[in-house]
Amino acid sequence: MSTAIKDTQKMIEEILDAYPEKAKKDRAKHLAANDPSGQCSTCQVKSNIKSRPGVMTVRGCAYAGAKGVVWGPVKDQITISHGPIGCGQYSWWARRNYYNGQTGIDTFGTMQITTDFQEKDIVYGGDKGLDAALHELKELFPLAKGMGILSECPVGLIGDDIESVAKKVQKEFKMPIVPVRCEGFRGVSQSLGHHIANDTIRDHVLGKGRLEKTTPYDVALIGDYNIGGDAWASRKMLEEMGLRVIAQWTGDASVNEMGIAHKSKLNLIHCYRSMNYICRHMEEQYGTPWTEFNFFCPTKIYESLRKIASYFDDTIKENAEKMIEKYRPVMDEVIAQFRPKLEGKKVMLYVGGLRPRHTIGAYEDLGMEVIASGYEFGHSDDYKRTYPVMKEGAVIMDDATLYELEEFTRRLKPDMVGSGIKEKYSYHKLGVPFRQMHSWDYSGPYHGFDGFPVFARDMDMTVNSPTWKLIRKRGVPQKPGDAIGR
Amino acid sequence: MKLMKIRDHNELFLDREYQEQFAKKKEFEDSWPPERVKEVAEWTKTEEYKEKNFARKNIKINPAKACQPLGAIFCASGFADTMPFVQGAQGCVAYFRSHLNRHFKEPLAAISTSMTEDAAVFGGLNNMLEGLENAYSLYKPKMLAVSTTCIAEVIGDDLNAYVKTAREKGLIPPDLPVPQAHTPSFVGSQINGYDNELKSILTTITAGRKKEPNGKINIIPGFDTYTGNYREMKRLLDIMDVRHTILADVSDTFDSPNTGEYKLYPGGTPLEDAADSINAAATISLQRHSTFKTLDYIEKEWNQKTAVLPPIGIRNTDIFFDEISKISGKPIPGELEDERGRAVDAMVDSHPYVHGKRFALIGDPDLLLGLVSFLMEMGGIPVHIVSTNGDKKFEEEMNAILSENTFGAEGKVYINRDMWHLRSLLFTDPVDLLIGNSYAKFLWRDTGTPLIRIGFPLFDRHHLHRYPIIGYQGVLNLVTQVVNTVLDELDRKTMNTTSFDVIR
Repeated sequence: MSTAIKDTQKMIEEILDAYPEKAKKDRAKHLAANDPSGQCSTCQVKSNIKSRPGVMTVRGCAYAGAKGVVWGPVKDQITISHGPIGCGQYSWWARRNYYNGQTGIDTFGTMQITTDFQEKDIVYGGDKGLDAALHELKELFPLAKGMGILSECPVGLIGDDIESVAKKVQKEFKMPIVPVRCEGFRGVSQSLGHHIANDTIRDHVLGKGRLEKTTPYDVALIGDYNIGGDAWASRKMLEEMGLRVIAQWTGDASVNEMGIAHKSKLNLIHCYRSMNYICRHMEEQYGTPWTEFNFFCPTKIYESLRKIASYFDDTIKENAEKMIEKYRPVMDEVIAQFRPKLEGKKVMLYVGGLRPRHTIGAYEDLGMEVIASGYEFGHSDDYKRTYPVMKEGAVIMDDATLYELEEFTRRLKPDMVGSGIKEKYSYHKLGVPFRQMHSWDYSGPYHGFDGFPVFARDMDMTVNSPTWKLIRKRGVPQKPGDAIGR
Repeated sequence: MKLMKIRDHNELFLDREYQEQFAKKKEFEDSWPPERVKEVAEWTKTEEYKEKNFARKNIKINPAKACQPLGAIFCASGFADTMPFVQGAQGCVAYFRSHLNRHFKEPLAAISTSMTEDAAVFGGLNNMLEGLENAYSLYKPKMLAVSTTCIAEVIGDDLNAYVKTAREKGLIPPDLPVPQAHTPSFVGSQINGYDNELKSILTTITAGRKKEPNGKINIIPGFDTYTGNYREMKRLLDIMDVRHTILADVSDTFDSPNTGEYKLYPGGTPLEDAADSINAAATISLQRHSTFKTLDYIEKEWNQKTAVLPPIGIRNTDIFFDEISKISGKPIPGELEDERGRAVDAMVDSHPYVHGKRFALIGDPDLLLGLVSFLMEMGGIPVHIVSTNGDKKFEEEMNAILSENTFGAEGKVYINRDMWHLRSLLFTDPVDLLIGNSYAKFLWRDTGTPLIRIGFPLFDRHHLHRYPIIGYQGVLNLVTQVVNTVLDELDRKTMNTTSFDVIR
């Protein structure tokens, strides 16, 4: 075992000392020193396990995964938060899944539509009210192409039968009414919500859309939620390659696109964690192959363009090469502009989905090093994809707590941290440059040739903002320009 | 080196290439013909649509309220060294925290007991026990303030018994205050959660503390998301030389100085002061609807004088100071009279741009009561007054305020209604100005009614919550916000006409 690994393990042990025995034993399984070779048996983290009560996990719930991530962005469906007021209110347009359309008329993405359960619904059940709600919505929004019923905790606890309501109304309305059993107490994180949402796509919409003709170049873009326009930036590249994107899931998606992806020649999956299930299903059921790709930075884009092209004929392969040729000077210019300001800076990431591994290359293209990374709701297959791309002795963390994040920061002294909104402002107080990497801190896109310059600009402004240098500790003598927590 | 121009989403997608991409994508969307979309869009502006919209009873569309536990953890975070502790599912707490983070742009610590399916079946005892043990060991609070989410409420967790068990097992110290509030999300809204949590905290922390009167006045701000209001209240009472305790003081929790240190508990009402609040001369609530139960408890259990004195607008603030002066026996100092004079001077100066302007408002009951009163003091005409979490009592109070004032004749109150209702009202009976939270920007976009951002949450404008809207200083801030919105809009409307005035 190398010194790097041993040092990190020692640090982890020290951090764990603050926990009571039971929690300590559990948390020890979720924190590890990275071994890219995969030989060190103690260097693999356990994942997708219940969070300990009381430790302040960052995780959300199945509803967040199903409504917030997968179904919410489908733009011409009315997505109903079925249950009390809170869940829908707090997830209202928080993920910035951009879409085109006229909101409230033919699209509904930025709306918070909820059955707003009251005590009587808990006592007498909410099915009758749901049925009536669906009818009221149909009256008010005649152009809706479908409706999704996204269950909140009480619905499952009181034993409502939303499936039969959905079935009945679907017959009446002749459009998909999708019951999604994503109550927040199910599973251990957002992750089960993704899976449940995938299953409902399979059962209620897949295979039911209309596509006039198919071509040999048809692809579907899966698991890109168009945060800050990411999917559009990716789509632009795929189209420039000569491919035809027949469906975009689920950022800027229409119900029809949800029904035709299986007809593609290749499913391109961006967020593996949240949509691998449906890709596997399409492969088994329809023989549609799928592949992962990464459009976060020039190095990964070039690799991915070639990988995607390899599934197609020479025309596409040549187009990919032409694109690389065409955009390389622009990408080189971005790197020339920003790399000198970011070279050697250390990054700590704690995010969800695919970002803990997919953005590593983007930091590296800018000369930065990711020294710690972790997933809120990853599974072992996510970590297996992560170990090889991180350095030996780097910190790997699963379902980290506020306490652990703070301790790692104090000890590792990263130059910047990328994590979520709940973490953001504690880092601001610590004086550690921070970027909210769930919704790009209201920036974006970060994907593709159009996205990388934005990413580079944002990381530069994060690390090099002069505001960090204004922070000073009370009563601590400081040289002008000293930054804290760095 | 010449710097590249970096274009982000705000500009990028206006490019021809992207516009073409969007047009081409429609082929796969099976979208409606543009003329059909236009037809429906126009229809939603009609009286007929409004009737359908107001006939709905089973669905909320863009409501303006939050759920009880959010109010509860907000309240708990206003006490020193207190960890808000939520018995329930972890996703809820992730949501409460992020919602408050986004409004205040500040961190907030809060615990959940991560209840999952097994807890739903067997009850949440084990979650509570381990949660208390872990939270106490890791985050060393001096109080753990418990509230609940739906799951604990639906299965009927016995919080009191659980906490007792935790103490018996030695997981938390015997004397650690652990107040418990039941805060089901399917009853009321965040303002009730605030009330329930505050009552439970005060009940717990003041137990056995009844002593000699301490001569102080307790101030309960209510579910007030303006940190500036808390600081302003303290400043005003200090000027009046009135000794006071703010219950619950979230000003430092949600507006702490950046000193390069992260403090888990950056401020809040000291627990000793909170415990001593039982010995105060009186308790003044600045919001009626978020403190019903707490005031009732204080009157009955503490035998303390209580009053509701919301200091928004000139007359409300006058009453506030008169009452405080009576209770404390302290005169109102000339300094405050000067502040009043300056606020009134600003109102007089700006009145031509506000007088006769018609307003729509949406928000929490207490805020609306204050704002309507203030607007009418300037000659503004409140027309559509919508409160998703307003009840009959609120409706009566608002109607009383409206009926006392000639500017209130057009005012109509809508309780249990939402922003989609208000959208219909703004189309069928347009007004000049709209007051609401950040989500009301969709109404601005759809109807063109200029938006003045007052309320909660405010996500899309920075730092507004740091400026007080209470007291005479608050009046000045409100006047500034209102009149300059009118003037900005006037500039937009007249920019290609000769009325594009530079002196206004």
